[in-house]
Amino acid sequence: MADLVSHPDEIKVVSKRFGQGAADIDRYLALDGYKAAQKALPMTPDAIINEVKTSGLRGRGGAGFPTGMKWSFVPKDSPKQKYILCNGDESEPGTCKDRLILEHDPHSVIEGVMIAGLAVNAESGYIYIRGEYRYLSIIMQKAIKDAYARGFLGKNIFGSGKKFDVYWHGGAGAYEVGEESALMESLEGKRGIPRIKPPFPAVVGLWGSPTVINNVETLASAPHIILDGAQKFADYGTPKNGGVRLFCLSGHVNKPGVYELPLGYSLKKMIYEVGGGIPGGKKIKAVVPGGSSTPVLTADEIDIAMDFDGVAKAGSMLGSGGVVVIDESTCMVRFAQYIMKFYQHESCGWCIPCREGTDWLKKTLDRFHAGGGVKKDINNIQYLAENMMGRTFCPLGDAAAMPTISIVTKFRKEFEDHLEGRPCPYDPVGSVRLLPVLSH
Amino acid sequence: MTFSPEFEQRFTEMLTHYPSKRSVLVPTLLYAQDEVGYLSDEAITEIAQRLQLTELDVRNVISYYSMLTTKPRGKYNVQVCTNIACILRGADDLWEHCQKKFGLRHKQTTPDGQFSIEEVECIGACSWAPAMQVNYDFHENLTKDKFDTILDGYKKKA
Amino acid sequence: MPDVNITVDGKKVTAPAGTLLIEACKTVGIEVPAFCYYPGLSLQGACRMCLVKVEKMPKLQTACTTVISEGMAVTTDHEEIHQARKSMVELLLGNHPLDCPVCDAGGECELQDMTFSYGASESKYTEAKNHKEEQQWSPVVFFDRPRCILCYRCVRVCDEAMDVAALGIQNRGSGSVIAPNMGDHLDCEECGMCIDICPVGALTSGAYRYKTRPWEMNHVATACTHCGDGCKTTLGVRRSETGMEIVRGDNRDKSGPNGDFLCVKGRYAFDFANRTDRLTQPLVRRNGKLVPVTWDEALTYVGQKLAEIRSQSGGASMGVIGSNRTTNEENYLLQKFARVVLQTNNIDHQRTADFAAFAAALAGRPDATASAREVFDAPAILLIGNDPTEQHPLLAYQIRNNVRLHKARLYVVNSESVKLRRQATLFSQIPSGSEAAFAAFLAGGDVANGANRDEWNALRDQLRKETGLVIAFGSELRGASIASLNKFALSVQGAKLICLADYANSRGAADMGVYPDLLPGYVPLIQGSKFKAEWGTLPDAAGLTLPGMVDAAKSCKLKALLVVGANPVFRMKLDPATFANSFLVVQDLFLSETAAVADVVLPAASAYEKSGTFTNTYGDVQLVKQAGEITGTKSDFEIIVRIAERMGYDVAKLVPFGSGSRADMGQSRGAQSGEADRHAVWLEAQGLELKMNPFDPTAVFDEIQRLVPGYQVSRLNLMAGNDQHTRLDQNGGGAVGDPALIQPANDGLFSSGSTGRYSKTLNTVMENRNRVEMPKVAAD
Ligand SMILES: Cc1cc2nc3c(=O)[nH]c(=O)nc-3n(C[C@H](O)[C@H](O)[C@H](O)COP(=O)(O)O)c2cc1C
Ligand code: SF4
Ligand code: SF4
Ligand code: SF4
Ligand code: FES
Ligand code: FES
Repeated sequence: MADLVSHPDEIKVVSKRFGQGAADIDRYLALDGYKAAQKALPMTPDAIINEVKTSGLRGRGGAGFPTGMKWSFVPKDSPKQKYILCNGDESEPGTCKDRLILEHDPHSVIEGVMIAGLAVNAESGYIYIRGEYRYLSIIMQKAIKDAYARGFLGKNIFGSGKKFDVYWHGGAGAYEVGEESALMESLEGKRGIPRIKPPFPAVVGLWGSPTVINNVETLASAPHIILDGAQKFADYGTPKNGGVRLFCLSGHVNKPGVYELPLGYSLKKMIYEVGGGIPGGKKIKAVVPGGSSTPVLTADEIDIAMDFDGVAKAGSMLGSGGVVVIDESTCMVRFAQYIMKFYQHESCGWCIPCREGTDWLKKTLDRFHAGGGVKKDINNIQYLAENMMGRTFCPLGDAAAMPTISIVTKFRKEFEDHLEGRPCPYDPVGSVRLLPVLSH
Repeated sequence: MTFSPEFEQRFTEMLTHYPSKRSVLVPTLLYAQDEVGYLSDEAITEIAQRLQLTELDVRNVISYYSMLTTKPRGKYNVQVCTNIACILRGADDLWEHCQKKFGLRHKQTTPDGQFSIEEVECIGACSWAPAMQVNYDFHENLTKDKFDTILDGYKKKA
Repeated sequence: MPDVNITVDGKKVTAPAGTLLIEACKTVGIEVPAFCYYPGLSLQGACRMCLVKVEKMPKLQTACTTVISEGMAVTTDHEEIHQARKSMVELLLGNHPLDCPVCDAGGECELQDMTFSYGASESKYTEAKNHKEEQQWSPVVFFDRPRCILCYRCVRVCDEAMDVAALGIQNRGSGSVIAPNMGDHLDCEECGMCIDICPVGALTSGAYRYKTRPWEMNHVATACTHCGDGCKTTLGVRRSETGMEIVRGDNRDKSGPNGDFLCVKGRYAFDFANRTDRLTQPLVRRNGKLVPVTWDEALTYVGQKLAEIRSQSGGASMGVIGSNRTTNEENYLLQKFARVVLQTNNIDHQRTADFAAFAAALAGRPDATASAREVFDAPAILLIGNDPTEQHPLLAYQIRNNVRLHKARLYVVNSESVKLRRQATLFSQIPSGSEAAFAAFLAGGDVANGANRDEWNALRDQLRKETGLVIAFGSELRGASIASLNKFALSVQGAKLICLADYANSRGAADMGVYPDLLPGYVPLIQGSKFKAEWGTLPDAAGLTLPGMVDAAKSCKLKALLVVGANPVFRMKLDPATFANSFLVVQDLFLSETAAVADVVLPAASAYEKSGTFTNTYGDVQLVKQAGEITGTKSDFEIIVRIAERMGYDVAKLVPFGSGSRADMGQSRGAQSGEADRHAVWLEAQGLELKMNPFDPTAVFDEIQRLVPGYQVSRLNLMAGNDQHTRLDQNGGGAVGDPALIQPANDGLFSSGSTGRYSKTLNTVMENRNRVEMPKVAAD
């Protein structure tokens, strides 16, 4: 099980109970568990939504959509069933935070799902957990079972006369299924192909009913907002970027790990102080600020505040909180190649630009890094990625294009250094290994 | 074909979770695969019949998900992550080492049917890279030595 | 629906709310390119070819999924859009084999067209293409994966429009591939809809592939010659050593009642016409053996023989068996020939539905029949008996898609659990043989044994609440049952009926009076004064029915029998010696079981090799156009005319052609002073020309339109290739025959009477189905 880390700058909200055995329901209750749900029970849906709006909470799944607003989109007068769907498909490279929440504090997720349910008048919620996280499914199943046994879930939650059910659901390996509409398809037992939008899930979601979809961390934040007050949560962060969030530090840092830091925290500080700097005292070459889908920042671009707006200003995205640090010894062509390997593998294949674009880019980057590149490949890589941008059926195409465009524009010289059969100047060993690629 | 009582119990329970039968398909397939080792023709026929789906429909779904397979693989499936966070921390060397150690390539199985190896994408262990899963168990902060020790453990179990 | 106003490229467009942008653009002639969008199928948004700029939207939007909204301002012609489309084509071509020169779709490929339009000529791709071998999925379906652009049209048409769902999508990403339901082959209806709808050459037809290039063919739109539904099919024809060879059947002309649809027979089973064992020379029996002779010899012999028998034994000793597959003109001509030349009413055909009773029941309600098109739009449909999926593929298609797209309510009453029950609002399974009881019940009767009383009552109540109900019934209902059903129909507002018969022109044969007791338009002989006035004397007494003629032959009373396009020996399982004492003349395509025992065999042209009209089972008349040509054959029309001529009959009395034979209008005065040429007068009033050739079927069609009640459809529309619904317009109430005379063909999806037996494709498909064992599919 993953190691826990800590740093004095952390403000532990969602991670408050990490390492304290809170997967056990009694322990959870002792640590203020299920108080928020009981507090929310007598509140009106609007009051709950307003609290969440006040907290400034924005989605932690990647897109950063204001959560309170998302909940308010569910039609109040719809006679249909409504559903809460918790997105625990966590597959964005660089991201490993939902896993910790599900492992250390599963009841907070259940409680968050309940609060969302109360806010939109839903009577059931599903917690979708990626298939690889089997041990977390087991933990979650037990947590759900315990909550039912205590009467926290079921026909009469906390004796309120209200009904609420929570179920877990398992995936079977697919990044694309993290996209909200593909997630619903997958839960309905189908291939994870996204749906046409509009209609949005808040109106037509699971089995045609209004559905709220939120990330694990987003939902796990809700109980804290309700219990400790929205303003308190909002004040942790910066304006319009309420609260704290889990940042997953990885790559070339001395102390990788998942840290809960206020929004707006300096990226530079995060790398050098929280993360303990770069191994071997090396220099930074680039940083992925929010998971593999976000454009990379160069060493000169990292003096920024880590909130949605701050990173956007630097031309990238806060994304899913996966901060991947790349030191000067890394070949960026190779980095781009591994990013594209991922998207090529994960493209659902539905639309032309993503299916063909990722395949073409992967083949080109493979050949290029192995020393088989020619000059026009560089422009071609950029052309291909730019022509995927904004034209695909779902954001995965953009997610593949954005980092590629950023790398080929910001590190064009490294591409040029690979031209005409020269072995990779940054990674001679690796490129030799890749050479056989050329022969077939 | 028959599945274990645990499977049946879980299957019956899952059916009560959703307004549509078909919704249990993906987790059911994974559990079936865990029992049989892979999704055999019989397993597909059985599940299709239970859920009133065509076998084609079930195969369409199986082939979409990377964890599902219709081909037998080793008792222990060694899945080495070669995504970015792991690569930055030496996952390519590790994968190379893994291939050499078993004398296998991606998705191949040892003749004794004990081990298969697979290069996988991010498994959510980026902060503890490089990482791998053997079946469902995570192994993190790997080095070649650590890798060998872990696999020796499995070999003893095999 | 209220209208919505938008602008597209500065043009104002008004369309009903809910219209898709791509369709709204079409209305003002702006074509937005599309691969995955296909009208009537579910939306995909997959190919991204239809990207357009919508004001206030940051990204390009797909016109195929965007619903128009008031004030929307759209640009479809812009550098950014152009570039988007160009790059989409480039991306596709990156992995496309570009084997256009040998691809079946070359010249009619949407990818080629798009490449041409958006100029993705520069090859940026230097990587190896993902190669896969071509696969054969069935005798008629081949799949070439690298050519597939994954538009999912095939998957949707098979699932949504056909309700077969034999195609799926497997794997993901660039590994995505279209897959057949049986792993490496298909178990399906083999309709070929997937092939037709494929925009590229990924799905190709086993019957057509590598045969020709599209531009080497002529395309002829004609009616299918198989079942009674009357689909329009476009035949691709090419010169061959034996005349004109038909190489392909498809749907490029979607103006028929079938729109996009063709079943396996319509698409492939034209091939019986190309068989090398077609009869191409007349045969005459000499010393017990059929030997080839010239047409002149054969016709002279037949003419002489028939004339001789007529003068020796009288018309009553002769008989004629007509066809369910010859044209209206031929049927009309044949019965006229029997009545005026042979002087006999001994004429009948193999009746597969009781149209006589249908016409009688509907007397006075000429507009109470529904056309094939109406089935697609009707708010509700009641189906009694029959299994349209097998026997009336177009009807099944229309019903299915009406339910899917227009939410029609379908009520199915059947003794089998027919597949259409899946679309039914209500399915009532009744004991086999109780269809008549059900019809009687609908008409107000009670349930005999009380078993289904509650269910039937509820159904009848519900049906009575419908307006515009279309009632289709199979040959299970005959005679009085049809009258009962009509009685019930009168109690449902706007109800219309469809009587289902089995062959391409069964309805035409009935309409044209190929009956011993009914003249064209179901006019009983005794009321036939109008025809007598036109044709001269005819025998008054009803003639022999088909079984009657057989009996007469057995008792040596039938001296001569002319069989046109029918195979009674096979169909009625007759002893081949039955006609040993009759002079038997057979006009056929093949040496059928009946032809084999004939005295004279005359090689006939098939319906693909002649012109005329067919009337489908609904009563829609449409053009049959000559596509192929087999040297040595003659149309049944020409053969009949020539026999009449050889019998010394004035052909102009049989076929109204040529002018000046009688006094014209100007000189006609008084009852006796030279009759007006009614035909010429009528033609002039219609603005039609007099035909100059006795072998021109349109001359007979002129007479049909003039004399046969219900056939007064727009000639202009008909000639333009549009199906025209006829009326069951007769007033007397026809004579109702013996219900036992109805002998349904019981053909299924893959059989089509004698012609089907000669279709190589149908045979291969059937053999293949029998060979690969068919596992039960859970969904059905
Ligand atoms: C390709 C793709 C993959 C995604 N994967 C995830 C994921 O694994 N987990 C997640 O919470 N959101 C993921 N998202 C974002 C979801 O679509 C959705 O925005 C999110 O679950 C909403 O929750 P939030 O508002 O709480 O962030 C993904 C989006 C895309 C386009
Ligand atoms: S961009 Fe297209 S192909 Fe890629 S994952 Fe989304 S829908 Fe699938
Ligand atoms: S086979 Fe043809 S119709 Fe089917 S998806 Fe491929 S290109 Fe489209
Ligand atoms: S449905 Fe009937 S008319 Fe239509 S193609 Fe098939 S056989 Fe021909
Ligand atoms: S990159 Fe290897 S676990 Fe995330
Ligand atoms: S036609 Fe619109 S996306 Fe294919």
